[in-house]
Amino acid sequence: MSAITLQVNGRAHTVDVDPATPLLYVLSDDLGLRGPKFGCGLGQCGSCTAIVGGRAVRTCVTPVGTSAGAEIVTLEGLGTPEHPHPIQQAFIDEQAAQCGFCLNGVVLTAKAFLDANPTASDAQLQQATSTILCRCFTHARMWKAIKRYAAEKA
Amino acid sequence: MKRRDFLKTSGALVVSFGAASLAERVGLAQGQFGTRVSHIDPSQLDSWIAIAADGRVTVYTGKCELGQGILTAQAQLAAEELSVPLDRVNVIMGDTDVCPDQGTTSGSQSTPTNFNGRNLALAAATAREALLKLASARLGVPVDQLTAADGAISASSDRSKRVSYGDLVAGKKLNLRLDPGAKRRAESAWAVLGTPARRLDMVAMATGTFEFVHNVRVPGMRHGAVVRPPSVGATLANVDESSVRGMPGLVKVVVKKNFVGVVCEKPWQAVQAASKLKATWTPGPPLPPQPEYYEYLRKQPSRDAFVVNSGDVEAALAKAATVVRATYVHPYQMHGSMGTSCAVADVQNGKATVWSPTQSAYGTRSCVAALLGLQPDAVRVVFTRGAGCYGLNGADTVSLDAALLSQAVGKPVRVQLSRKDEMAWENYGYAYVIDQRAGVDASGTIIGWDYEAWFPSRGGRPGYDRPGNVITGVLVGLEPQPFRPAQAAEPPGEFRNGSNAAPSYIAGRVARKAGGAGTITSERVLTHTVASPFFTGPLRSPSRLQNTFAHECFLDEIAAQLKADPVAYRLRHLGDARLKAVVSAAAKGAGWDARPSPRPNPAAGGVATGRGIACVAYEGDNGYVAMVAEIAIDQASGRIQPKRLVVAQDCGPISNPDGMRNQLEGGALQGLSRALGEEVTWDEHAITSVDWRTYHSLPFGIDTPVIESVLIDTHGVEAMGAGETAITIVAAAVGNAIFDATGVRIREVPFTPDRVKRALASPVDSRNVRP
Repeated sequence: MSAITLQVNGRAHTVDVDPATPLLYVLSDDLGLRGPKFGCGLGQCGSCTAIVGGRAVRTCVTPVGTSAGAEIVTLEGLGTPEHPHPIQQAFIDEQAAQCGFCLNGVVLTAKAFLDANPTASDAQLQQATSTILCRCFTHARMWKAIKRYAAEKA
Repeated sequence: MKRRDFLKTSGALVVSFGAASLAERVGLAQGQFGTRVSHIDPSQLDSWIAIAADGRVTVYTGKCELGQGILTAQAQLAAEELSVPLDRVNVIMGDTDVCPDQGTTSGSQSTPTNFNGRNLALAAATAREALLKLASARLGVPVDQLTAADGAISASSDRSKRVSYGDLVAGKKLNLRLDPGAKRRAESAWAVLGTPARRLDMVAMATGTFEFVHNVRVPGMRHGAVVRPPSVGATLANVDESSVRGMPGLVKVVVKKNFVGVVCEKPWQAVQAASKLKATWTPGPPLPPQPEYYEYLRKQPSRDAFVVNSGDVEAALAKAATVVRATYVHPYQMHGSMGTSCAVADVQNGKATVWSPTQSAYGTRSCVAALLGLQPDAVRVVFTRGAGCYGLNGADTVSLDAALLSQAVGKPVRVQLSRKDEMAWENYGYAYVIDQRAGVDASGTIIGWDYEAWFPSRGGRPGYDRPGNVITGVLVGLEPQPFRPAQAAEPPGEFRNGSNAAPSYIAGRVARKAGGAGTITSERVLTHTVASPFFTGPLRSPSRLQNTFAHECFLDEIAAQLKADPVAYRLRHLGDARLKAVVSAAAKGAGWDARPSPRPNPAAGGVATGRGIACVAYEGDNGYVAMVAEIAIDQASGRIQPKRLVVAQDCGPISNPDGMRNQLEGGALQGLSRALGEEVTWDEHAITSVDWRTYHSLPFGIDTPVIESVLIDTHGVEAMGAGETAITIVAAAVGNAIFDATGVRIREVPFTPDRVKRALASPVDSRNVRP
């Protein structure tokens, strides 16, 4: 165990954990955040995604020790129910969800990529989101929501 | 009553005499209105609806939100009938302390059950009439001169004479029985139903504030993890507790017969302890080899049943000008929820509370009680949303896991399964082998249809008294529903096509009444259920999807032999007007090019394109749907690229058009994923499709086909289910499009690049065509 300080959604948190613990468990249990979710524990589906240092990271396979000091943003760190972030608003406007479990990974992966690549082509955007799963297959609406956000940024 | 839920229930009543004492204790009686008797009396209005002093309406329902949108639709229903704004309605789902027992949220039955003048719809209508009577007495104005709007009632001629619902009821109980004569709002007057409504859960989901069962945190809660056997049928020889002694946070190793689990202070500690714990297992019997599995199924002892048998099919085939025959096969597939299943249980002092994503709160309550040795009324199950389940995923089994571990440590315990444990032990959707034969006369009309199928089954929904129907129950020593071979029974008193075993083109004559959607009167539909080595259970469109794949492809095969246009040939053999209407609507929407398949001059190499159609009357009478699929095939790689899906659907009056489109789009793409990539695999001992590398779900970033939906909003008829319609016909529409593009018929899903390539290289595959 060791004390690790994390910058999450603009606030500093110090936790006393084994540095090998995947970041996901610290975010969802020690900090009680609801955005990042355990989907596979293997980095294969995207449910656990957080934005760490500007990049979308699969927190289920990222040891917490490697994230100390970096700026971490989770889905609830983007906006609030009263003031959703533009990409969250795009998903709300498109009604782009069914069960909602995958939303965390879809929203954060798309946001991180588009923020870094605001003029990305559709093919690049597809490539960037090609390792995310949604088992309700709400793909069509989610794609529209992402494109809506991309258009607002461009 | 021919719905799946009722069959399940009545089936359990009939055959589960071994657990009769438990069943009696639970009070397994079929109540009125399709509900069961519990401490929440479904005949009482207060069991369904409460009106608070501030005018807020609370709805209590047994039909739960699984991602399909029924939360919002039920709120719309109450808002419509009571004339209150949608945002003033709160819906409590599947809490056994306060909600009526509505069985299982499954089988596209929530809309038929709660929106058709029974149950919740009747409760809301009863409440409206009761409020009008109360207002009449309060205001001194006759009921027929009152208007209800915006949560208040006023005199139609003098709006200043007004009283709000909150003031009328003041949070008190109404103490009324549901009134079967209560009138619902006329569909023509609908203001909330029938209008696109935004999902009530959408903002919370998008902003990461929504509480899934995975987010439930209870004071003093510990974290559990289970250690499943390495292979099917393996039994526990020994657990070496010293292998985890001294691990950080370890609370307890729990062993109960073949059930093994650990409880730790923190979740990651539990994951590590479960992987370190040294358990020795005696292997189970070897599994039947997967490559020969479909042939294996035919040779097993079976429980047989006719859906219909006119007795003259052989004679019809003997006099036919042409007999067409083919065999279709379909693999086991899995629910594969995005989040692995999770539950939290708090078992202390002879009482239990379980936060569970189960589809059957009351059933889980009984099973948890049986497992823990408690009375059902000492157990509360609080339905709490999980990841989309699409049927019987690990929700029930993980609820039992959490209950067992919590009881063992006397503290609340949260369990979330590993990806492998979810995928290796869930109740899979059935594999199928289907033999089809049809006789066609000289004029090209089908005069006889013969269907015979084999499918493996084991376990299923636990219901109220069968925890052994899922893995945790079996591990602690409880048996699944026993499998007993039986001779073919003659069809029951009326034609029932709940599994779509009968094609849409037969008349379905049972007891002199034709219940089918088609015109062919020489008809035989015979099913053989055999014992499965793996657990099985309902997976979105259970059996219906597999059967429809075989029926709708086979109809195209017959049409192709006769060089008939697939749309026209369907319409020629259909009798049901609503089914014909969706076929025509899909064809029109797609700009269907009427001609026989395959297309003339298909591309010799490179990319070939084609279109296919399929249709079904879901469960025979629970939604009408047709789809045209347009695809491209890269013949070199065998890769199929879906370009466009046009879906036409008639499910009666539509509650939430946007919700229905969402279901339709998701169902279409999930169907595509199942048609193109999904297949459960195994080796000699164990399941080998245990993660997203070995079980192939269509990922997000691919070219999503254009999905166009044509909604036919039919009023004056019962509302039907819309969650499983589109998915049922995708594999057939795509299979027909492959044939149209290439002239090659593939009778096995998934249509993986390898399988497509092999089929293109060797069009007459002995496995595909039985002599």
